[in-house]
Amino acid sequence: MLQQIIDRRLAGKNKSIGNRERFLRRHKDQIREAVKRAVDGRGIRDIAQGEDIHIPKRDIAEPVFGHGQGGKREMVHPGNQDYVRGDRIDRPKGGSGGGGGGQASDSGEGDDDFVFHLNKEEFMQVFFDDLALPNLARTTLAETPEFKTHRAGYSSDGTPNNLHVVRSMRGAIGRRIALGSESRRELAELEEQLAQLKRHPHPNPFAHEIPPLELEIEALRARLKRIPYLDPIDLRYRSRVRVPVPTSKAVMFCLMDVSGSMDEARKDLAKRFFILLYLFLTRHYEKIDIVFIRHHTQAQEVDEQNFFHSTETGGTVVSSALVLMEEIARARYPTSEWNIYGAQASDGDNWHHDSGRCRELLANNILPLCRYFAYVQVAEEEQNLWDEYSALAADAKAFAIRKVTEASQIYPVFRDLFKKEGAPT
Amino acid sequence: MNLQVSPPWGAERRTRQMIEHPRRRAADLAAPPRARDPLPSPTDWSFELIEQYHEVIKATARRYGLDTYPNQLEIITAEQMMDAYASVGMPVNYRHWSYGKEFIATEKNYRRGHMGLAYEIVINSDPCISYLMEENTMAMQALVIAHAAYGHNSFFKGNYLFRMWTDASSIIDYLVYAKNYVAECEERHGLEAVETFLDSCHALMNQGVDRYRRPSRKSLAQELADAKDREAYAQRQINEMWRTLPRKAEKAAEEAETRRFPEEPQENLLYFIEKHAPLLEPWQREVVRIVRKVSQYFYPQRQTQVMNEGWATFWHHTLLNTMYDDGYLSDGMMIEWLKSHTNVVYQPRVGDRGYNGINPYALGFAMYTDIKRICQNPTDEDRHWFPDLAGADWLESIDHAMRNFKDESFIGQYLSPNLMREFRLFAIVDDEKEKDLEVSAIHDESGYRRVREALSHQYDLGSREPNIQVWSVNLRGDRSLTLRHAQHNDRPLHDGAQEVLKHAARLWGFGVHLESVNAAGEVQKRWSVPAPSH
Repeated sequence: MLQQIIDRRLAGKNKSIGNRERFLRRHKDQIREAVKRAVDGRGIRDIAQGEDIHIPKRDIAEPVFGHGQGGKREMVHPGNQDYVRGDRIDRPKGGSGGGGGGQASDSGEGDDDFVFHLNKEEFMQVFFDDLALPNLARTTLAETPEFKTHRAGYSSDGTPNNLHVVRSMRGAIGRRIALGSESRRELAELEEQLAQLKRHPHPNPFAHEIPPLELEIEALRARLKRIPYLDPIDLRYRSRVRVPVPTSKAVMFCLMDVSGSMDEARKDLAKRFFILLYLFLTRHYEKIDIVFIRHHTQAQEVDEQNFFHSTETGGTVVSSALVLMEEIARARYPTSEWNIYGAQASDGDNWHHDSGRCRELLANNILPLCRYFAYVQVAEEEQNLWDEYSALAADAKAFAIRKVTEASQIYPVFRDLFKKEGAPT
Repeated sequence: MNLQVSPPWGAERRTRQMIEHPRRRAADLAAPPRARDPLPSPTDWSFELIEQYHEVIKATARRYGLDTYPNQLEIITAEQMMDAYASVGMPVNYRHWSYGKEFIATEKNYRRGHMGLAYEIVINSDPCISYLMEENTMAMQALVIAHAAYGHNSFFKGNYLFRMWTDASSIIDYLVYAKNYVAECEERHGLEAVETFLDSCHALMNQGVDRYRRPSRKSLAQELADAKDREAYAQRQINEMWRTLPRKAEKAAEEAETRRFPEEPQENLLYFIEKHAPLLEPWQREVVRIVRKVSQYFYPQRQTQVMNEGWATFWHHTLLNTMYDDGYLSDGMMIEWLKSHTNVVYQPRVGDRGYNGINPYALGFAMYTDIKRICQNPTDEDRHWFPDLAGADWLESIDHAMRNFKDESFIGQYLSPNLMREFRLFAIVDDEKEKDLEVSAIHDESGYRRVREALSHQYDLGSREPNIQVWSVNLRGDRSLTLRHAQHNDRPLHDGAQEVLKHAARLWGFGVHLESVNAAGEVQKRWSVPAPSH
């Protein structure tokens, strides 16, 4: 009757992915909102993680006709303790009726949110959607770093093409020696004995002992012969391990204007800009340092929390940040060991005599140190800082600037960076 | 513990008759020689072990004369189990976001340990597919095989509702067809359009079954061929119905004025929409049909929960115990499955934490066990209440009970005073006109019949779900559709009705009204949704 037991475990993994996609698509607004909140709340380093998404239960309800409260109904319950017919019971609170605790457990769950976990890939997908990343850049960022395999000694299992013949044979010899030693010793003894017996002159008084001895010798020889020449346990394979492609160190300088005119929305844009650069760097470098420099009229090195979440008031002198960056770079990050990336965000406001100096600082001191320096202006109006920078951008190679008023405009500032990535140079 | 499934369309056109086969009698049971050694009982299962156990379980089931479809056991992972669980227990189904939602909810509960995953899913198909989860121990696999592959399987094959409504041999094929059809529609008309349309169909799914009409049996090939004809023909009919050209004679027009449409109220909302909604595209009609079929497929299952689970539980209990008596099972194995069994049939008392109504496993298992007891060791009370059962052959008696009843009638027929006392059942009347709830009957001489009747009604789908029917269509005016809710014991609809009505309007294409009518025939409440903008 039973044909056979079918093993389905390998088939149809992730079969419900299509349903999940449809579910995510349907709730993309809530999800995008949640991702946005998560990005605000997270440190730049923690960006590539999943996130729990809360959706109000009523938004995912599927309506059907059903009975409401009221009317008359009779319900049967088990576990009567001391009721008798005709007893009257207070209506339970919540009025779910039914008597007893029938619906209590249902109403207990009430209006909880429907919570589910967006995994890392899905989270990044939504994040990238917001940034309008082109596919090439997406795959570059989302992928885990490339691996290279190289040899790492020998292992006892592997594929035939990795079979190491010499090692295997060496193992076989060792095994044959080890397994046969006892038998060989006995054999040698017996043969010695036999030889002695045979040495006796004719007629040999011990002649009757010779045949059994010979039989025994024969048996030992046969046993030795049965020791396999090559056994599966002798086989050795070249072992190959996957290691990440060799990487080096990078430092990322985040420069941001925190003067009064930078409001939360602008800071949020700036944060996404930094995140994107950070993600790009994680792809290429094993160790990444981030230096946060905030400035108004003076620049200061701070931790991430203070960088994004504290406000200062006052004027703006952009060059102070550039000066500090150069100091820190020269002191702690020698270019021989570190790849230096700079990312600057501001609303373009600057003390008007300072902009020229900024340009000079960048051109003469900073850009020569940097692999890449990107600037975004999170406001529309063009002031002298923008003018100076755009003049510089025209002839400096590793320097990109961009005006950004929403998240989707951030990516182009890195276009050159990603383009290099795509080209097989 | 599980979820079983049974197909909607085409079951044979057969009059309902008591289905009596020459059955094995308990009197004929003869124990085979005791096994020399128990089967090996490691914690981990292996394919060989499952086969060994299955052989013994099969032989034991044969002895009891369980009549089943051929079995197909499939090993799946927890993820696949959740997946099947989320898509209403089917191995294939069309894609829809709500299944994704179910999957997420199931997975979350499972990960947090809130919920033991179903140990098994069994599909009412021929051959009957039972899923065994790879995480189960050997004892659990044995339990599941006995429970699903022999318990549920024989129920699917024997119970009259399943025999009448479901066609085990074609369910999988039909679902494959449905999946491909919906996927094709998505490609052609866009995800969005298909999704919103399916949402609307799902909202009316419970009102998409024929409760009384007998189905006709069709093969899949016929079904496919008919689908095409149906499209063309239905469209013609509808055009005819909504024809706006003036009829020849005045008389005809007058006649039409007074003509009701539909002439009689229709219980199957989805069927009515599929056949008569004026604006649906052919593909939309086919989708309505698919949803309707799936809903109909689950209809017998919704009506036989207690019987079905009870039957399967009774048999895994009987089969495994018999195997122990025959010397096949080791003590450790027994302890392990008995622990699961005990959890499954646990009935919390009202007011306990975790009380959530009557546990169908507990009630069903107790009832079959009780029938067996009444047959074997009847008391005077049993003789008075069940003169036919007392002293009868137990195997024949429970077989008869399994084949010819649904939950409602099964309880009405077989719930014994002994069991009511054991469960300490009592009935409570909740009448909104009264301030308090009233205990209307308890497990005593004067209350047995009332409790039994009340419990039986509780399992009547007709009273559990609101009775909503198509009342009329305004043919000459705004083409609006009027539905009527006939109140049962004055119970009103809940507030979700308005939302459902929006979905109904989307399907109908014009305005939809819903009237809630009490027993006296007065309209008590009215909902209206205007025609959706096209």
